[in-house]
This record gives sequence, C-alpha cells and structure tokens, in this order.
Amino acid sequence: MAADDAKAVLLREGSSMYHKEKSIQIKNSASALYNNLCALRIAPRRLTYFTVVHANVVNMVSASWDGLNYSHRQLQSKEPNVATSTSLIMQAAFCSLPSRDLLVVTSQKGIQVYESDGSIMVYWHALDIPETQTAQAMFARGISAVRDSYICVGISTGAILVFDVPSKGSNITLSDVLEGHKESITDMASECCGGEVCIADLVSADDGGNLCVWKSGEEFKLLNHIPGFDISCSSVKLWKGTVVAGYGTGQIRLYEAVTGILHAEVNAHARWIYSLDIAPYSGLLLSAAEDSLVRVWHLTMTPESQSVEIAHLHNECVTDTQICGAKFCDADGYAFAVTGYDLSEIIRYTQS
Amino acid sequence: MSVRTLPLVFINLGGEMLYILDQRLQALNTSEDNSEKVLNDIVGAMFSKDFMDELLKPQQLYSHRTLKTVLTRLAHASIMRLNQASMDKLYELMVMAFKYQVFLCPRPKDLLLITYNHIDTIREFVRHTPVVVNQVDETHRKIIEIYSSLAEGDFQLLRQTLLIFFQDMHIRVSLFLKNKVQNPNGRFALSPSGPVPHGIDVPGLIRMFDRKGREVRRGEFPTGGSYTSPIRQGCFALHGNRVITLGMNMYVGTVLTPHHLSTHACTPSPPAILLQKDDAPNLLAKEELNLLARLMGSMKAEDMPETETGFRINLFTSDQEEEDCLFGVINIQAMQDEQAATQLARIAGQFAEGGEMPEELSSSKGDDLLAMMDEL
Repeated sequence: MAADDAKAVLLREGSSMYHKEKSIQIKNSASALYNNLCALRIAPRRLTYFTVVHANVVNMVSASWDGLNYSHRQLQSKEPNVATSTSLIMQAAFCSLPSRDLLVVTSQKGIQVYESDGSIMVYWHALDIPETQTAQAMFARGISAVRDSYICVGISTGAILVFDVPSKGSNITLSDVLEGHKESITDMASECCGGEVCIADLVSADDGGNLCVWKSGEEFKLLNHIPGFDISCSSVKLWKGTVVAGYGTGQIRLYEAVTGILHAEVNAHARWIYSLDIAPYSGLLLSAAEDSLVRVWHLTMTPESQSVEIAHLHNECVTDTQICGAKFCDADGYAFAVTGYDLSEIIRYTQS
Repeated sequence: MSVRTLPLVFINLGGEMLYILDQRLQALNTSEDNSEKVLNDIVGAMFSKDFMDELLKPQQLYSHRTLKTVLTRLAHASIMRLNQASMDKLYELMVMAFKYQVFLCPRPKDLLLITYNHIDTIREFVRHTPVVVNQVDETHRKIIEIYSSLAEGDFQLLRQTLLIFFQDMHIRVSLFLKNKVQNPNGRFALSPSGPVPHGIDVPGLIRMFDRKGREVRRGEFPTGGSYTSPIRQGCFALHGNRVITLGMNMYVGTVLTPHHLSTHACTPSPPAILLQKDDAPNLLAKEELNLLARLMGSMKAEDMPETETGFRINLFTSDQEEEDCLFGVINIQAMQDEQAATQLARIAGQFAEGGEMPEELSSSKGDDLLAMMDEL
C-alpha cells in the first residue's frame, strides 16, 4: 500500500487506518523481553503460527485464517543434560529458509531448534557456561535466518554463532563464530526485501547500540560497523540495504547499511523501544515500546537523493500496557499483532 | 538472567516491609522504645556485613518461597513476632509495591534511585543508633560501587528479570486503588503523558539528513500522548535529592488501618509458572536450598535471653487473642480508650461476614481468622 493511499485513508473523516480485531488468548502472559512475538504464515494450510515467551515456556498458538480454529502448544526449555533448575528463555523466533521453516529458542543454557510447529526438537547447542558464576549474565539472544542455509544466534558475550542448516534432517553444524561485538547481542535481522540483490545480508545489534553489517558466506564478512551511543539497540531490521534500528531512548534511526550514513532520526517513543517489524512488500514499519504505544510508519526509497524517507501513519495505544512484541502478520502489512507484559492475549489489528 | 538482582530485591522489599511495620507499630500505639528496637534490629540484621556480602555475590534470583522465608527470618530478628497469615499478607503488599515501582521506573538505571529512596528512609528510621547507621552507609557504598559500573542495558536486563519474578501478580491493594495507581482489574495505571525520563527526547520529531550528514528537513507527527520535557536527573551519590518519588514511603501521612492494607486476589488466572509456585512440595532446587542456608547462616541470630519479653503483632486485624505467645506477651493491642475501641469494632467488622459481632471475632482462634481472611 503506497504512502499516498495510506494518507488518503487517514484523511477520510472519522476513519482510522487500522481497527482492532478479536484477540487471541494465550495460555500464559508475555514476559518483558525484547521482540517477544513471532509470526509464521503457512499459506497452504491457511493458518498462522504465533509464539510468545513466558519465563521458561514458549506459548505457541496456531490460528486459522477464518478465525474459527485455534490450537495451543507449550514448549518448555527442558534442555538435555541439564539436571538442575529450569532455564529462562530470552527469545523464540521462526527462521524461514528456502527448504524449511524452523523455530529457534534461545535461553540461559543454550539454543534449541525445533520443527516450525514445535513438534520435534532437531538440534541443541549448549552454551559454554563457566563452572562458577561470573559477574556477567550468560545467555543467547538475537536470532536470524540468513540467505539459503544459515541460522545466526547471538550470545551475551557479543559473539554470534553461525549454524549451517541442511535442507532436511538434524545435521545442523556450527560453522562460524563472528566476533564483531563486545557487548551483549540484543537482536539480529537479515535482509528481507526478497528478490532484489543486496550487498549486506545481516545486521546485528548490541547493548551499547553498536550495529554490525555482514555479508554471509562460508566465512561471513564484516562490511561495516556503525557505532552506538551507549544506549541499547533493542530491535533492528534490514530492508533494501537500510538498517532500521530502535533504541532504549525511544528513538528510531535509519542508516544506509554499507556506508553507515544516517538517513533519518525519529523521536518515536517516550520509553524503551521493544520491537520493530517491516512489511517488505509495502515498506510499512511497526514500532512498539514500553510507553504503551504502537506506531505505524512508511518507508520510501528516494533513488534521486539515494536516501530513505520515513513518514508517520498511525498510532495504537494499548492501555496500561508495556508492549514487548509487535509483528506484521503478512508481507503487505495488512494486519499486525501485539503482545504486552503481563497480558495473556495477542491483540490483532487489521487495515480498515 | 541478571545475576545482580538479589541485593536490590532485599533492600527494596525489606524497605517496604519496614515502611508498613513502622506505620502499623505507630497506629497500634506501640511504645517508642519498642518501635525503635524492632526497626533497629531488623535493619541491623538486613544490613549486616555478612548478609549483604552473601547477597552481593553474582547469582540468580530465586523463588518467592525462598525470599519470603528469609524476609520472615529478618522480621523475627527483632523482638516482634508475626503470625503466618500476617507475614503472607505483608509479603503480598511488599511485592505489589515493588512491582509497581519497577513497572513505572522511568529508565532502567532509575532502579538505583528507587533503591536509594528506600535506603534514605531506612537511615531515618535508625538515625538514633549510629552503629546501625554505619551499617546502612557501608552497604550503600558497596551498592554504589558495584552498580555504578553497570550499563543501561544491564539494568534493563535486571528490570526484565524482576518483571518475570512479579509476573501475573495482580493482587489489588486498597491503598493503591484509592490512590488510583492501580485499576480495579489489578493492573497499574500507565499514562502516555507527563515528563519523559531524563535523557529521552519528547516524541514527535522526525529529522532527515543528506549524505553529508546535514539536516535537510524536519517534521512532526501526532504522538497520541501529552509528553513534557524531562525533569532533572536524580542524585546517585550517598546523599542527595533522588528526584523521582518511587520507593519513598507512600504510607506516610495515612493512618494505616487494616482496610488500607487489605488485599484482594484476582479471579484465578492461568496456571502459575514454575517460578511462582509456592505450593510446590519441599523440592526447592538444590541451589535455592544452598542459598537459603547461606543467607540464614549469615544473619546474626542472637538468642533471645530468657528474661526478655517479645511481643506479638497482628498487622492486619486488631484482635485481642494471641495470649499464648512463646515469650510472655506484652499485649500491645490493649487499647483502653473508647475511641480506639470503636475503631477496633469497626475494623473488626470489616473482616466479618454478614455482620458478626466483634466479640465473636475475638474469641475465635487463629485458624478461623485465617479462613475469614481468605474469604476477603
């Protein structure tokens, strides 16, 4: 949907770009974690999977598009060979590769990879945890599928693990460890524009607000490092060579990935941003924060100035709620879903 | 997750506990000597070097059950005795107050200012006892030393760990409902208005730059809220104006009756998660048992001399029972004057179903009382 059409919708008297739909109830409330909502569209079966993390449990709900069928599943972080207390989960995310979809769950103890419906665990990677407790918390956070066969996962040490994934089966192997960050990884994202040829494949963000831009391959190559301002970048996206980053200051910044040139800066929210998402076909951007607001923006590439512009389209306020996850449900941005701390529902909005 | 939560948890929860105890001791006309002694003993135990050193070791946050056990032991470091029902209700209040503070904390780093607000007030409580004041100062210095080096991202992780700890707790507290900080559904009020936290810009501005970094355009967008510029930053030193009010004694100025402190559980919510289950059999994870042992061991457990009399306090009723205390009771609930007697009857009436007479209440034993409180 072009920006002009969107604005036309807004100008119609009394109308709003999106309206609220019936929420999906989930078995537990959402925890206050960054990017705490993931969605996977299964077009052939006309349903969408959602995942929401609650402490040491991943709530999965499968929602049919006709709104009639919901089925629930819970994954507990029961790691093999871990005898003692259960482990808190930092993030759960779907990884879509050409050959298969997988669900990756990261926790304090390690990384679990499941089939996308959560039915079988296909791989487990234990974190290197020292015997005695150090002053630094240890966990994995930041998940992204990259190109045809990689899944990248960040660690609190700043390292990024690169896993090579076969087109089927469980023979996943650790193929590389990237050292681009000194602080805890917060989020990672791969280029989502699809068809177009892009130089950069992956962007990673850390607790200092630093961004690393990578090219994938047998050996990943660091293309660029964009320094931060000592404020966490909690959520990051990569679209048509543009990095979109959300920070603890409530700011959103747009950078040209390969050069680090700042295109735009938005004082978007009054509190920490927890989630960003992009609808790649339309260039719609979703931002959500602890200030209880979800905002919809539109990104436009302007080839003449070799720049990217951002325009505001819409706000939604989730009363008394610190939002922790927001995702578009489809590549056009026709619908989006939201989770909030202590809320046991996935709130949905659809374009009017 | 964060391995730095325990010291802040104990200081803040302990602080809330002391606020409530102080107010109730006053409301029950406890002698100033007894009040001061109770507070001094608890603060002394909580801020003892050994106990704090144990807390300051990097470690995970444990269950409510463990924390409640340690806090009960801390409360009983004084000559005061709380029955189980009182301690349970007290814990609910403490936790909901701290949850409120953590939830509304403007920036993650401000968790320290909330903690320092508690420490400042605690210091006031024990100001007549230099030995204890020193302990408080020493602890405060250690906290400053350790937490000053944490980055904002570490504080957010700490805050997220605490929020998981408080998750799904929506106990409605009468005082919070009255002050409109909590809604009837148990959720805290969060308004998209007011001053933005220090270091954050008021939302609404979009700035665009050219390839050379020059600003070429700016625009505004409607924020859907009414935000104002930030207030100044609070002081993170040993003494100073903390600026934010979260963590200050919200019970000051109110005559705390049991009604204010009454709590109402919400309708049953989805099954409690592993971390919240207090009704789990005595299968505390091995690490928790170790921590519990270490913490209890590090507390100064002065044996009560035979001659000294302790006193029992009912925080949430003003019943006249509890004669059979272990230590020979100083009955602090004996109120002589008529006004107090009337108030007693009124308060007792609030806990009765269908207008039971206060006399009936006072003759019932502990179990009936507990059952009655559960019906609230």
